[in-house]
Amino acid sequence: MNPFEEKLLPRKARGAASSKFNPLVWILAPLGAIVFQVYVPRLIETLSYLELPLLMTVYLALMRRSPIVGAATGAVIGLMQDSLSHQYLGMFGIVKTLVGYFAASVSMRFDVENSALRFLLSFFFFLFHQLFVWLLTRALLGQPMELQIPQTVILAFLNAVVAIPLFLLLDRLKSEAR
Amino acid sequence: METFLSRYRNISVLLLLLAGQLLLLAYQVKTGQDVRLIRVWAVTAAAPLANVSEWIRERGARLGEMFAVEGLRQENARLKAELGQIKVQNHLLRAGITTADRAKALAIYAETSPSKLLAARVIFLGTGANSRTVFVDRGSRDGVMKGMAVITPDGIAGRVSAAYPTASLVSLVTSQGFAAGVISQKHKIRGTMKGVGSSLCPVDHIENRDTVEAGEWLYTSGDDRIFPKGLPAGIVRSAREGRGGKDVVAEPVGLRAGVNEVLIVTGGVHGLIPDPLPPSSPSVQILPPPPQEAGEAPLEDPGTTGGPVRTDADRLMEKYRRIGESQGHTYGAGPGRVPDFNRPPAAAKPAVPPPQGEAAAAPPASPAKPNPVKPGPVNQR
Repeated sequence: MNPFEEKLLPRKARGAASSKFNPLVWILAPLGAIVFQVYVPRLIETLSYLELPLLMTVYLALMRRSPIVGAATGAVIGLMQDSLSHQYLGMFGIVKTLVGYFAASVSMRFDVENSALRFLLSFFFFLFHQLFVWLLTRALLGQPMELQIPQTVILAFLNAVVAIPLFLLLDRLKSEAR
Repeated sequence: METFLSRYRNISVLLLLLAGQLLLLAYQVKTGQDVRLIRVWAVTAAAPLANVSEWIRERGARLGEMFAVEGLRQENARLKAELGQIKVQNHLLRAGITTADRAKALAIYAETSPSKLLAARVIFLGTGANSRTVFVDRGSRDGVMKGMAVITPDGIAGRVSAAYPTASLVSLVTSQGFAAGVISQKHKIRGTMKGVGSSLCPVDHIENRDTVEAGEWLYTSGDDRIFPKGLPAGIVRSAREGRGGKDVVAEPVGLRAGVNEVLIVTGGVHGLIPDPLPPSSPSVQILPPPPQEAGEAPLEDPGTTGGPVRTDADRLMEKYRRIGESQGHTYGAGPGRVPDFNRPPAAAKPAVPPPQGEAAAAPPASPAKPNPVKPGPVNQR
């Protein structure tokens, strides 16, 4: 096993386990992310590119390492996000359910405490999220929606950059390891 | 079966969650109804946090004012509020004054009750990329209902998409799915201004044979039963012939100054479309009206004679009325002495005698001054 594989292999295989959070963190962190998304861009418009609810879904799913919990977390965050929009309930819910499920599945195979991997996963899941929202809007609802690929890639990069310090900050909220 | 579920537990839960949300989505699309309970929970959870954040921000800003420029920001805010009110008043007055029959317009304004407006503050934005929706701090408890128009002093801003107890969701003019009936100011062409998620709005349902010019103002037509007629909606930025009709693109004017504070129209009153201003040229000089000479018949003043006197028939009727008054005859009062229509009537008395020394210099009759029209009660916080 080379050092690179050693770094990326799941901790579970090496004795590591899923992280545990205080129940308040499970409630307040996603709520805070959603309030941030709807409130802060009013004051600083340039921060509207941040998709904090998505990053929160990815983080909680990665750390919990359970596809069921990841999918349920994504569903709840997505539905709440839907509730604060003028679109149908379920659009963000479906997409974030998938994101949570896949993120948790990935976490069972790789060491998700590695910052480079976190960056890559945040970048990938942002693209996946935007692509799926576009697909569902067009295919399920039949509504016109533009997908500007260069802009989406740049936003994915910026979100991934923000994800690294954010995830490190959230790591401090872990109560214990099981 | 048990082995199957335990073996594929993760994927089974995922499929259940997805199927549930797909059913939820299908129910909404099929019935056109909303699952209100979930939205009420979410808004009720998020609104207090946003309100607290706003409160903290405002207090912080006020603290900053104490240390920085004392009073300047307050003065600025007051002036902005006054400017907004004056813009609304100016628009209403302009609509009345520039109408062909000024007296009639004033009478209409005097008779109609003005729109009832409810001031609201934007507390947070709607979620989703490019959503162009906002939440305001007035909800169904304040009398806000779904479908109410939302305006700013500059023009229409959006409409209430959903009203929750403590907050309301407002779809802005530029949001996807927004539509408002509009009418062009100059050529009176009707169309539908639509939001498509960008800063400009296409105006549909205009035929190629209709004339719409770039730079022309669009006002609400009132056809949509949401916006009262006569509110500024946008300015035409481009108009060219298309395949299914004219391709007209307008820039909405209601969002120019931002949407931090808006007015919700709780009781709308239709207004008038102001006429376009006549073309003016800086190289042409127009003198004021000449002063009245001694013995010259005074110009009729609609303000003092009780109505507009413009046509020959109006003048004749006015002459007969004066003859009747001077000979003590009341028209329609039954059989009696017929007035002598050949005798000249007594000269009309001026409403207010001019002061000494100013009579010769003063113009004979000033144009009717419009009564100031108040824009309606605005419930400030």
